[in-house]
Amino acid sequence: MDLNSQETIKRLADEHGTEHLLVILGAPDDESAEIAAETVVLGDPTYAGALAEAQLGLSVYHALEDEFRSLIDDDVWEEQIGIMSDVLDAEAISKAVKGMRDQKP
Amino acid sequence: MFENKQVIVLGERDGIAGPAIAACVVSAGGQVAYASTECFV
Repeated sequence: MDLNSQETIKRLADEHGTEHLLVILGAPDDESAEIAAETVVLGDPTYAGALAEAQLGLSVYHALEDEFRSLIDDDVWEEQIGIMSDVLDAEAISKAVKGMRDQKP
Repeated sequence: MFENKQVIVLGERDGIAGPAIAACVVSAGGQVAYASTECFV
């Protein structure tokens, strides 16, 4: 994950408290979704950024997961996400992100 | 899902971009604290 994003997430966690943060991902595949989810749940696996060894345990979902999709108006969804929901493997991505949510400390 | 939450949007160029996700969040009443579109090369 981008180092600037990691720094910002750490700052937001300090400011608002981890229980008041929610992360929504737009990763293109299950592997990158899993790494991004891991970073905000268990810490940066590459140990390169501000979230290294920071087990924030944030709530994290991918935009294609049903939990998120069900909250969005159909017209907005079609306009903003549209064809990407057909192109990306939502099932594999959802499984990867859920797997990380389940490891929340 | 969005109640009492600050939402962090981590979009990706090859997946779903940050502004698109942020627009969905805002339309559903969520508050976006940070949105980015990352690019893995």
